[in-house]
Amino acid sequence: MSATTTVRRIRSPLFYSLQRLGVEALCLALGFVLVVWSLTPIYNMWKIALDSHAGIFGGSIWPEAPTLESFRVVVTQDFWYLERFWHQFGNSFIVGLSVTGLTLAIGSLASFTVGRMRLRNGWMLTNAALMTYVIPASFLAIPIYRIMQIYGLGNHLSSLILTLTTFATPYAIFIFSQYGKSIPMELDESARIDGANPLQIYIRIYLPLMAPALVAVGTYALLLAWNEYLYNFLLLSTPQSMTVAVALAQFLNSDESPWNYMMATAIIYAVPPIILYYGFRRYMAAGLTMGGVKG
Amino acid sequence: MSSTQQALGFRQSAAIGRSWRPPWHGGLRGSELSWAIAFFVPYGAVFLAFVVYPVAYGLWLGSSPALYAELFENPRYLTTVVNTLVLVGIGVNVKMFLAFLMSGFFIRRGRWIKALLVLYMLPWALPALPAFLSLHWMLIGYGGFLNSALELLFGIDGPIWFNSYELALGANVFAYIWKWLPFWTLIFLAGRMAIPQDIYEAAAVDGATGIRRFAFVTFPMLANLYLVSTLLSTLWTIGDFTTPYFVSSGAPALQTEVLATYGFRVAFDHGYPAAGVAAVMSALPVLIPIALLLIRRLQATEVQL
Repeated sequence: MSATTTVRRIRSPLFYSLQRLGVEALCLALGFVLVVWSLTPIYNMWKIALDSHAGIFGGSIWPEAPTLESFRVVVTQDFWYLERFWHQFGNSFIVGLSVTGLTLAIGSLASFTVGRMRLRNGWMLTNAALMTYVIPASFLAIPIYRIMQIYGLGNHLSSLILTLTTFATPYAIFIFSQYGKSIPMELDESARIDGANPLQIYIRIYLPLMAPALVAVGTYALLLAWNEYLYNFLLLSTPQSMTVAVALAQFLNSDESPWNYMMATAIIYAVPPIILYYGFRRYMAAGLTMGGVKG
Repeated sequence: MSSTQQALGFRQSAAIGRSWRPPWHGGLRGSELSWAIAFFVPYGAVFLAFVVYPVAYGLWLGSSPALYAELFENPRYLTTVVNTLVLVGIGVNVKMFLAFLMSGFFIRRGRWIKALLVLYMLPWALPALPAFLSLHWMLIGYGGFLNSALELLFGIDGPIWFNSYELALGANVFAYIWKWLPFWTLIFLAGRMAIPQDIYEAAAVDGATGIRRFAFVTFPMLANLYLVSTLLSTLWTIGDFTTPYFVSSGAPALQTEVLATYGFRVAFDHGYPAAGVAAVMSALPVLIPIALLLIRRLQATEVQL
């Protein structure tokens, strides 16, 4: 111990400035690697989208004759896989917004009951909800597909909305119960003494104070619904009912699809979640730390 | 308010909430009870209709022992199990370790590191489908971006990635790590930020800096978070469908399928739902212990995830 301290004392200031420079250089190198790592697949999407069909596999690493033609084709629905592109885009929005709304409503009501109404052993309900995640969602694809047929919801947007709400709500209940603990019970108490019934407490006190958690979970649910693929594909198969994700994967049905159109579709499809993510990053991070990391 | 203060304040209020008992122990009274029931009915209904019913239905579909006897004799199923184990065993652990290291990088101060973090989060912000389509087309043998770049920069003739079992499997693992690394980095970053600064100061007074600071302060503080995150990620990755489905698409010759894609194909392409359900349900003996361990860890240490 004392040996190292003496050694340290002998070293000149030059040593430390050199050391700091070395660390800084290493950080820059790592930063460069990370930029390449993160951006290469994204660059590849643009490269293919901007290429002409013939140029895609030409062996070049930039588009030979960059053109926005494929974006024009997607936006004007000028290809037969994309005939109903904007309608399907709308479907994706309907699904996303409905899942968000339902998840927030159902989740906040349930966590209000468990956390604020002094249900005895209410925590067991939260735990039961969380047990949903023991079986991965993809493993339930077969039974859920059959059950939607039994319920008569085949090929209807509501089947997808209900399924995704089911998978988003346990997380919502968990986050809401965690966050709800930071809201003093005395508020409910005083409202109750003033004669408020539970519904009024829920609307007037609980929901406004839960706003940050609602935003975090809402963003999560919207992203989940927009980005999900398996259930989109499984439950919606007609051009009328399908969402963008399914329309996008349709290109894979043939070996000779125009991949530049596919990548242009993929880029347009990726824009809303990226905007949403960067717009609500602060709240998302809050949600993650709320539920994720109190180490 | 710093994240530390938040963490401490949070824990305090949580502790109060737990030890506090309502003045009347009997639970709810008359109208309160009907309100509680009314509030809980929506979730109860969803839970019964879309969790309990499908799970029970699935268990019933896959209940015949003959299905499993048939399954275990199928060499294709055994490859699938191996592939799933590779994706989970290598993918999850390499990802977690890298994420842990990266969180150490991103906690450094500096404006450009903050800017880099924004860029670094892109793979996670991007939906999985476009990301994996791009990775697939990047790795495709002739004229794919990666091989073109290898040729141009180093004059190397890249392999045909999806013609080799190992390389295709490696591509899946790589794509999986690429997509999910940012998310877990963020989790560990938040975990590191929640470590109170005075602990570091106290450690520095005692002479713990550099490696020793990491080994005796940072790592013990994050060990439980690391374990819980790994368990949770394992649980999620066992059911991963999108990565193998789009990156390797089972290539070559359906050898790189995982349980989720295999069960899906058997059920929907071949029309044997019971066999498909049996294939995915065969993971339950692994899933349930992991879930139990996870719940125990969460209860024992109050790390909330």
